[in-house]
Amino acid sequence: MTTTAERGYGHEYADLSRLMGRMTGDEKHGPAATSTLDALWVLYDRVLRVTPERVDDPGRDRFLLSKGHGPMAYYAVLAAKGFIPVDWLEGFGGYDSPLGHHPDRVLVPGVEIGSGSLGHGLPIAVGTALGLRARGGADARVWVLVGDAELDEGSNHEAIAFAGPSGLERLHTVVIDNASARHARPGGIAARFEAAGWSAETVDGRDHDALYAAFTAPHPGRPRVVVARVEPKGAVGEPKVA
Amino acid sequence: MDTMRDRFGPVLSRLLDEDPRVAVVLAEIGADAFTEAQRKHPDRVINVGIREQLLVGTGAGLALAGLRPVVHTFASFLVERPFEQVKLDFGHQGVGGVLVSAAASFDWPAGGFTHMSPGDVALLDTLDGWTVHVPGHPDEAETLLRHAVAAGDDKVYVRLSVQSNARGLPVDGARFRTVREGRGGVVIAVGPMLDNVLAATEGLDLTVLYATTVRPFDEEALRRATGSDTAADTGAVADVVVVEPYLAGTSTAAANDALADVPHRVLGLGVGRAELRRYGQIDEHVAAHGLDVRSLRERITGFLGARALV
Repeated sequence: MTTTAERGYGHEYADLSRLMGRMTGDEKHGPAATSTLDALWVLYDRVLRVTPERVDDPGRDRFLLSKGHGPMAYYAVLAAKGFIPVDWLEGFGGYDSPLGHHPDRVLVPGVEIGSGSLGHGLPIAVGTALGLRARGGADARVWVLVGDAELDEGSNHEAIAFAGPSGLERLHTVVIDNASARHARPGGIAARFEAAGWSAETVDGRDHDALYAAFTAPHPGRPRVVVARVEPKGAVGEPKVA
Repeated sequence: MDTMRDRFGPVLSRLLDEDPRVAVVLAEIGADAFTEAQRKHPDRVINVGIREQLLVGTGAGLALAGLRPVVHTFASFLVERPFEQVKLDFGHQGVGGVLVSAAASFDWPAGGFTHMSPGDVALLDTLDGWTVHVPGHPDEAETLLRHAVAAGDDKVYVRLSVQSNARGLPVDGARFRTVREGRGGVVIAVGPMLDNVLAATEGLDLTVLYATTVRPFDEEALRRATGSDTAADTGAVADVVVVEPYLAGTSTAAANDALADVPHRVLGLGVGRAELRRYGQIDEHVAAHGLDVRSLRERITGFLGARALV
C-alpha cells in the first residue's frame, strides 16, 4: 500500500473544503459535488495505486469518474494529491481553464475519462478491465464512480449484466447513493448488482474506515460494488441529476 | 463468390494471431466466425451479448488500456443505436478504434427498415477524424480491413456490404483511382457502385473515379480530374456526379469543399431519404433508388447534357 507520506503533498482531508472553496460557478451541481467527497478521498488517500508520477504507467490503477457532474470534490482531491496545481482551481469553468464543469481527460492530468454524459463510465471501465486482463502483467485495478440516478441509464444495466458472469474481478464500482433516482430501485441498489453476480456491500458514505474496509475487501472471481449512502440531495427538479 | 463479411472473421482471426494488441468486440452478430479465434485468444475476442452501448464503450475501454479494438455488428446497431458512445467514448476520449459494419443500406431487403442504415456515413460525417473505407469487392474489403487495423490509433469505419462489383481493383486505403478518362465531366463511383456506373457511362466522354476510401475525401484527385488544379480561369464549369451506395448527397459537401475556388456543379446520387416500406431483393431496391444502369445513365446525362456525349 502506497502511503500518504510517500506522495508527500502535505494536504489532508481537512484541506478539501478550503480547496473546493476556490472553485465557484457550478452551484447547480453543489450537492452532487460534496456527495462524492469522502469516497474520493479514501480512494485517492488509501486505496488507488496511482500517483502524479505514474499517470502514464500502464500498471497504474485506473479511477474513472463516470458521474462527471459537480466535479469540485474530484478536482480538490486531485489538487490535494498533487495531480494538478492548486492554483488551477480558481479558473474553474473559465475559457482558459482546463477544469470544466465536466472533466476532460485530454486536459487534466490524472483524469482517466472525460465525462458528463451519464452512463458512459461503467461500460468503458468494463473495456478497460478487459484490456488490462488481456495485456497481463501487473494486477492493475479499475474503479468507476457512478451516481444512484445515473444507474437508471440502460448502458449501465448492460455493463452490470455482463461484468458479473464474466468474472471481471479487476472491476470495482462505487455508487454514490444520495437518493436522487426518480424511481427507486426495488430491492435496493446492491441487490441489482448481486443478482448479476457481483460482490456487493452498502456502507455509510461519510465513514472513512467503513469505506476503506469495503473498498479493500477481497472478492475473488467477481467484480465488486460498494454502495456509499450519503444524505439525500433534497433538491427536486434539477435536470439530469447524478 | 463469398461476401465481404465472409472475409471479416478469417482476416481478423489472422490479425489476432499476429498482433497481441488486436482485440475483437462483438454483440452476438458475427460471433460464429470467431469460435476458433475465441478459443485461442479468450481475452481478446469478447462477445458482450446483445448490448450495443456496452459494445462500443467496451471497445473504447480496451483502447484506453492500450489495445487496438475492432468492433463489429450491423450498421444500424453499430453507428445509429450507440451513436453517443461512438461520439464520446472514442472521439471525446481521444482514443482510436476500428468499427466494422455489415448490412448497411439494404443488404437484407426482406429484413425491412429496422435492418437498414443508409445514413451511417452521413452520421459519422458529423464527427471529426473518422477514416471511412467503403470497399466494392471482398478482395478490397480484406485489404482495407488490414489497413484499418494497422492505422495506429486512428478512428476507422469499414463498411462491408453484400453489394459488390464483379472484380476487385488494387486499393491503397487513401486515394481515389481513375478508371476511365474523358472531358465532359467527372463521375465518382463509391465502392459497390462502380460496375453500374461504368455500364451507365459506357461510350460517354467522362472521367470515372473509383472511391473506396471516402474520408478523408481525396480532394486532389477530384481537382485533377476536373482540371481545377491547373486550368486558368476559362469560365468553364466543373461538373461532378457522386454515386454512393448510401444516403444520396452524403459526399456532396466534401466535393463542394474540394472545388470551393472554381465554378462547379455537383449532383449527389445514392439511396433516397424516404423509407420505401418494401421488402424483396437488393436489385429491386437498387432500381427503386435510381441506381440501376438505365436510371443512372438518364440522371447522369440529364445533369451533364450534351457535354457528356462524344
